[in-house]
Amino acid sequence: MKKEKILMFAGALLPLLLFVFPLWKITLEAPQYPTPLGMYIHINDFSDANPHDIKNINLMNHYVGMKYIPEAIPEFKIFPAGILITTLIGLLIAFKANYKWYLYWFILMVLLSAAGLYDFYLWEHDYGHDLDPKAIMKFTNPDGSVMGFQPPLFGTKDILNFTAHSYPQLGAYSLGAGMGLAFLGFLVGRKKNKQ
Amino acid sequence: MKRLNYFMIALITGLFLVTSCNQQGNNSNGALSSSAAEKVYVAPGEHDDYYAFISGGFSGQLSVYGLPSGRLFKVIPVFSQDAEKAWGYNEETKPMLNTSHGFIPWDDSHHPDISQTNGEVDGRYVFINGNNTPRIAKIDLSVFETTEIIEIPNSAGNHSSAFVTENTEYVVAGTRFSVPVPQRDMSIKEYKGNFKGALSFISVDPEDGEMDLSFQVLMPGFDYDLSHPGRGASHGWFFFTTYNTEEASTLMEVNASQNDKDFIAAVNWKKAEEYIAQGKFKTIPANYAHNVYDEETHTATSTMKKEVRVLDPAECPGLVYFLPTPKSPHGCDVDPSGEYIVGNGKLSADLTVHSFTKMIDAIENQKFDGEAYGIPILKFEDVLAGTVNQPGLGPLHTEFDGKGNAYTTFFISSEVVKWKLGTWEVVDRKPTYYSVGHLMIPGGNSRKPFGEYVLAMNKITKDRYLPTGPEVTQSAQLYDISGEKMELLLDFPTVGEPHYAAGIAADLVKPRSKKIFNLTDNKHAYATTSDADVRVERDGKEVHIYMTMIRSHFNPDNIEGIKVGDKVYFHVTNLEQDYDVPHGVSIIGANTSELLIMPGQTETFVWEPKQVGVWPFYCTDFCSALHQEMQGYIRVSPADSNLDLTWSLGED
Repeated sequence: MKKEKILMFAGALLPLLLFVFPLWKITLEAPQYPTPLGMYIHINDFSDANPHDIKNINLMNHYVGMKYIPEAIPEFKIFPAGILITTLIGLLIAFKANYKWYLYWFILMVLLSAAGLYDFYLWEHDYGHDLDPKAIMKFTNPDGSVMGFQPPLFGTKDILNFTAHSYPQLGAYSLGAGMGLAFLGFLVGRKKNKQ
Repeated sequence: MKRLNYFMIALITGLFLVTSCNQQGNNSNGALSSSAAEKVYVAPGEHDDYYAFISGGFSGQLSVYGLPSGRLFKVIPVFSQDAEKAWGYNEETKPMLNTSHGFIPWDDSHHPDISQTNGEVDGRYVFINGNNTPRIAKIDLSVFETTEIIEIPNSAGNHSSAFVTENTEYVVAGTRFSVPVPQRDMSIKEYKGNFKGALSFISVDPEDGEMDLSFQVLMPGFDYDLSHPGRGASHGWFFFTTYNTEEASTLMEVNASQNDKDFIAAVNWKKAEEYIAQGKFKTIPANYAHNVYDEETHTATSTMKKEVRVLDPAECPGLVYFLPTPKSPHGCDVDPSGEYIVGNGKLSADLTVHSFTKMIDAIENQKFDGEAYGIPILKFEDVLAGTVNQPGLGPLHTEFDGKGNAYTTFFISSEVVKWKLGTWEVVDRKPTYYSVGHLMIPGGNSRKPFGEYVLAMNKITKDRYLPTGPEVTQSAQLYDISGEKMELLLDFPTVGEPHYAAGIAADLVKPRSKKIFNLTDNKHAYATTSDADVRVERDGKEVHIYMTMIRSHFNPDNIEGIKVGDKVYFHVTNLEQDYDVPHGVSIIGANTSELLIMPGQTETFVWEPKQVGVWPFYCTDFCSALHQEMQGYIRVSPADSNLDLTWSLGED
């Protein structure tokens, strides 16, 4: 089998690891939590980093009027379907199409990932800003506006007494690596074609 | 005045500098030697190296300290009611203090011992004896709570207890006072020959740790003072010191001190098992409580047991031998190899050490020196390994460092004396302040002591601490024993009277310590594990409130329809599942203690309202930022009111 074909084949399969490993992790650190609270985001689930973490995050957040983290969101159905379909397309391309299609698949994946991230951002924004008007504690920014508690999309941010970390996990890296391999496959294919 | 203060400070600082220089000069172990303060300093946030479980004596409890810092972490309620933790006050734990004499709110806790596997402390359980109303308690070190208490029949002054065998096959409890067996109405003057001393062997289930009184050896009517198990070659034997072999029953201080030698009783419990298997026991009627706390129901049950198997040593050859030991020996201690049995003859100036090998040899060659009540007495000279000559006054207890050294406390001369096993020479002595009783080396009653520290426990402190009126604290003193000479590092006060202690490396216990109880495992009969199940039910004059608590509210928090004369049960479940978030609860006029409920746990208290009104209840443990808001009201109507029960949370 040609080298670029193998790359595309592997690239198309790698995102399947999202069904095994989490996509993202949000960690909340505070002095009275020597073991930080943490939540893994999978493509089909939220899960505790340590037992009962989500329950305890909800308990903390209810003081400032944040909603409970839902048991399920529509994305948990859409994301897995998206991954399965794009993998299928990727495999078809690997078997049937030439290297130029590898680039198209790569672009498709970039667009879909960006859409996913944007969706994640919207959810986070809503989670951090749609606060119960009867919240026990209300905080305002220096400019007088209502303080939001949106965790960072990527990186680290101080929110009141907590330091929130938000970073991709093995699942996201697998997706990225898969996309990278497809792009590499395209480059290898183009180089061979020029020769 | 201010100037004078500065002057004093300068003077004291100056003196201190001079003294410290001097001290450094004295203990010149080079630049590496550290001060006592540094050796016991555990920095904020750091953990101690050892747990020390120190008995509370007349407090009836067991306290948990860290070593080397001497910091107190917890007082585990065992035999005495504890209002702080609702022990013996809430409905769940009241059965733990049940006995054949009814509910007993107190005892005198003496000798903790840690469970062992292959002769080494394993950190699963601590056993401790109640001395006054004879009982043995088991503390589970995954929760640091008392989970089982068994009463000992035919026993009185349960003192030569609670020591475990090499694989925790048995926890052993010997009676200090001999009594009529079975108890009956008889003249005290007929003591001699009629009273019996029961040595009880309580088996411990290897899987779930459940205790069961397997059998008792009915010994002559002496006082059985202390005991320790054999180990290594002597595994299978148990050794008990005796006094009052005179069998006196009055003015004991004189009449029980007449014999030149009393005995160490060597009991072959493997032989006892054979006799039991052969059916050579008698089953006699008895009445004793067996109380078990179940971690899933968070509830204790008390069962009365009605009989016990007994062995008569006169009818069981080879079961017991007597080793003559001078002058009312107190502590009975076995070295890590199991070869040496130390009899701490408290009225003798010498320490007597017996040899297990010699004992077996004497038994095999039938070198007996008479008998007492059918039990062969071995010849003193035939079993003697050696004598530590005149090491101090009033030897009480000995522990071992695992490096060939023994450490003995001397009550009268207030000191700890270090001596060498085998050569019997005294190596070092250090004063204690004052009148030391027991001492403890972590792992000291095992094959592998952690020979780094010895803890001496003192009966008297007088001027050692800030005075607190006529009643002053008792204390423990920590010595570094890593070197040739002992070094006093630290004094710290104790809870109650520290009779004995058991120590273990923290790493053997820490990882097993639970953080919460899982709500999903809660099988309490009155648990409310979700807000949907919250309710109040009436059954005649009994009212059951199924209540939950979570930061920072009770559910329900408004209840109406309670009447004067009702018996109101608060069954409260803590829905938290986070580490260290207990909630407490009590209500005005409750004739009992608060509840202190751990995450995932259910507890119950009873309230019998006597006055009409609206009465608040609240969280008693500062749980959260909204702790002060964690409160509720109960409306109490007259006894003849027709108001229906209603309950709510958050309804305006």
